[in-house]
Amino acid sequence: MLEVKALTKRFSGLVAVDQASLSVAKGSITGLIGPNGAGKTTLFAMVAGFLQPDGGSVSYDGRDITALAPHVRARQGIARTFQIVQPFEGLNVQENIAVGAYLHTPDAGEAMRQAAEIARRVGLGADLAKASSDLTVAGRKRLEVARALATRPRLLLLDEVLAGLNPSEIRDVLPLVREIRDQGVTILMIEHIMQAVMNLCDKVYVLSQGRMIAEGEPRAVCEDPQVIEAYLGHGAAERLRAEQAHA
Amino acid sequence: MYSPQIVVEALLNGLMLGAIYALIALGLTLIYGVLHIVNFAHGALLTVAMFMVWLACAQYGMDPYLAILFVAPVMFALGYVLQRFIIGPASHGKDNGILLVTLGLSIIIENALLAAFQSDTRTITSDYSFRVVEIGPLLLSFPRVVGFGVTIATTLLLWLVLHQTDIGKAIRAVAKEKLGASLVGISVPHVYAMTFAIGCACLAVAAGLLMPSFYVSPKTGAAFVLVAFTIVVLGGMGSIPGALIGGLLIGVVEAASSLFLGDSLGQIGIFLIFIVTLLVRPTGLFGARA
Amino acid sequence: MTRPRLATLAIIVVALGVIAFALSGALLNLMIFMMIIALAAQGWNILGGYAGLSSFGHAAFFGAGAYAMAVLQTRFGVNAWVALVIGIALGALVGAFIGFLSFRSGLKGSYFALITLAFAEVARIVANSTNFTGGAAGILLKLQNGLPYLQFADRRYFLLIALGFVAIGLVVSWWLEHSRFGAYLVALRENEQAAQALGVDVFAVKMKAIAISGALTAAAGCLYAQNYLFIDANVAFGSWISIEALFAAIVGGSGTVLGPLIGAIVLLGLGELTKGLSHGIPGMDLMVFGVILVLSVAFSPNGLVMLMKSLGLRAPAKEREA
Repeated sequence: MLEVKALTKRFSGLVAVDQASLSVAKGSITGLIGPNGAGKTTLFAMVAGFLQPDGGSVSYDGRDITALAPHVRARQGIARTFQIVQPFEGLNVQENIAVGAYLHTPDAGEAMRQAAEIARRVGLGADLAKASSDLTVAGRKRLEVARALATRPRLLLLDEVLAGLNPSEIRDVLPLVREIRDQGVTILMIEHIMQAVMNLCDKVYVLSQGRMIAEGEPRAVCEDPQVIEAYLGHGAAERLRAEQAHA
Repeated sequence: MYSPQIVVEALLNGLMLGAIYALIALGLTLIYGVLHIVNFAHGALLTVAMFMVWLACAQYGMDPYLAILFVAPVMFALGYVLQRFIIGPASHGKDNGILLVTLGLSIIIENALLAAFQSDTRTITSDYSFRVVEIGPLLLSFPRVVGFGVTIATTLLLWLVLHQTDIGKAIRAVAKEKLGASLVGISVPHVYAMTFAIGCACLAVAAGLLMPSFYVSPKTGAAFVLVAFTIVVLGGMGSIPGALIGGLLIGVVEAASSLFLGDSLGQIGIFLIFIVTLLVRPTGLFGARA
Repeated sequence: MTRPRLATLAIIVVALGVIAFALSGALLNLMIFMMIIALAAQGWNILGGYAGLSSFGHAAFFGAGAYAMAVLQTRFGVNAWVALVIGIALGALVGAFIGFLSFRSGLKGSYFALITLAFAEVARIVANSTNFTGGAAGILLKLQNGLPYLQFADRRYFLLIALGFVAIGLVVSWWLEHSRFGAYLVALRENEQAAQALGVDVFAVKMKAIAISGALTAAAGCLYAQNYLFIDANVAFGSWISIEALFAAIVGGSGTVLGPLIGAIVLLGLGELTKGLSHGIPGMDLMVFGVILVLSVAFSPNGLVMLMKSLGLRAPAKEREA
């Protein structure tokens, strides 16, 4: 459904994403993992259209969408959440979700009705009239997902929806992600929490220093020495640097 | 057509007026570079400084250049108090808040001056006003030659303060990394206020340089504010060399456009440069910041 | 959010209309002026309040309306009502022009404020030095009373027309709060990227907003020209109107339906009061405006509308305690 080919992004000389490719099968949950600073969010931004790549292509449903603006991609069924949740502060929970619902209906009453329904689906049914700033972290993450769902996506890009949640909240959100997939939405997710990746993903890609270093079924990928190296090597390098600084 | 001598003289005088513009813009760009705010009250504060110089000269018979030494500390203190106790707290750290608070301040200042001094334009009579400097066949206005020299000196001084003193280092640290600076114990509100104060002191110098060849009325600063913003945007928001070069450039452009278009339409050149820069290259000629 | 019902708005407009008929002389003139400023502020509020794009140059739109009104009638003999419609359309067009350039370059925040100010200044300088617009001498409109000329011997009728426009401004704002377009405006104000991710074409939405905003403020300019029968560049494109439109909207409550109207009435009312109390010391009224702006940003960032609402909410709580 989504085909990313040799995507490259440079920031003033620094290569953030280097010839990264991945493909997401229709109906799957695909994970994108990697150490901090690997370029995952940059890759996501290029898939959603917020950054223009310096090379490579993104195609969706067999059509090249590399040059399309983010709102056009949203209209074609690609929705994303942001790593740092940013609700529309001036609007309450229901109105926040309605902004997404307006993509398919100009009618305010209808959008608000759909928003209420989606709020119920993600477990925000009791908070419709709440100011979005009054939500807990977990609540805001749900709002982020609800807003994206309201656009009726066919492909949902989740950027660390579980980060910052406590274990019991994570347990609550996992079934929600699976449920969204079961309703026919294909999911590509960036995630740090391995328990969730193991649990949810059909396939995992590992990005390290901008390069795709491994892909496959989650369990196999986790045992890949290259992947372990990427995670541990990163930490080791940092320790070494600290020691040198003291010497 | 104009004789080459008139054109060259006009351009050189423009260049030197541009130096004073640069000095006004210097404070503005410093404040932007550190506080990341657009200080809309900058023009009104220039007017305040000019009235102080005027008072010192007209009432107490002081030399306008000497008056700088008295006005600069006062402006410095005023700037510190304004930022620390009014602009900072009232704007809640929001961009829009700062924009509106400084706009409000500029209106308060402008109209307080109007209430106190009426709308008359005031000038000082000083020996410098009509003195000229002869360089070969060229006649240059003495106050502008002085202005040019003092601007260069002030810019160098500012550079030294920023690079050689503790407060200068603190200012640069806050400009680069606010959070980090506050973690190592630098008081960010104090540094903000000091930066604002330095910006205001620059205005005092500019006021002293302007008064011998200019007039002051409560609205004078408003005329300078867009010019100063143009320079800051052209030079790159926050860039000190940018402000200097931008100021000189704008001075020349203004001189050329009023020579060829007349005084009333002449100003339009500056605004068009401003608009085009904002649209085409909002980071300015020297701004590296994205 | 404070969301008045349409019925409430209707009652307010009718009440103002009734008051209008009880007024005469200086008070009547003041109220006409209040309505003109309220209308300009309503225009500002669409862009600055709802869409969060603070303009410092709404004089560009006000002046476009005022000059269209004056030039069309005096130079081309166009009927006042036709000139009014053209003036409003011109305001929308000027808005679209400024918007197209600024939004395509992604300007917002202080950059947007500064560029709007620059556009208004360019317009002022051009109008001031072009013969077509009467140059520095300005344009004097002909005094002709009667409905076809949009001038009335009994000025209360003019007040009613100004009030009618303010009512349109109220309805437009009310519609914003109950429509997709309004939700999109607030969404892009709060977070442009998040709005884009939800399929909002932010450029198109901003363009619509600045056109509507320009049209409303231009209407205020048209009424100004028609009421005072004289304009020059400093009146029509001067920064005073940019500032008063912004002040009224922010003091009253930016991004609210009633904010600009309340702000205009309170500000100009206080301004008159200060003028009276200060015995004609120049600038005192504007100084008070400045103080009110700083105070309202500091202590009531959401304006008087919200302040009244929060006071109103607190009062019953006290009663319950008692």
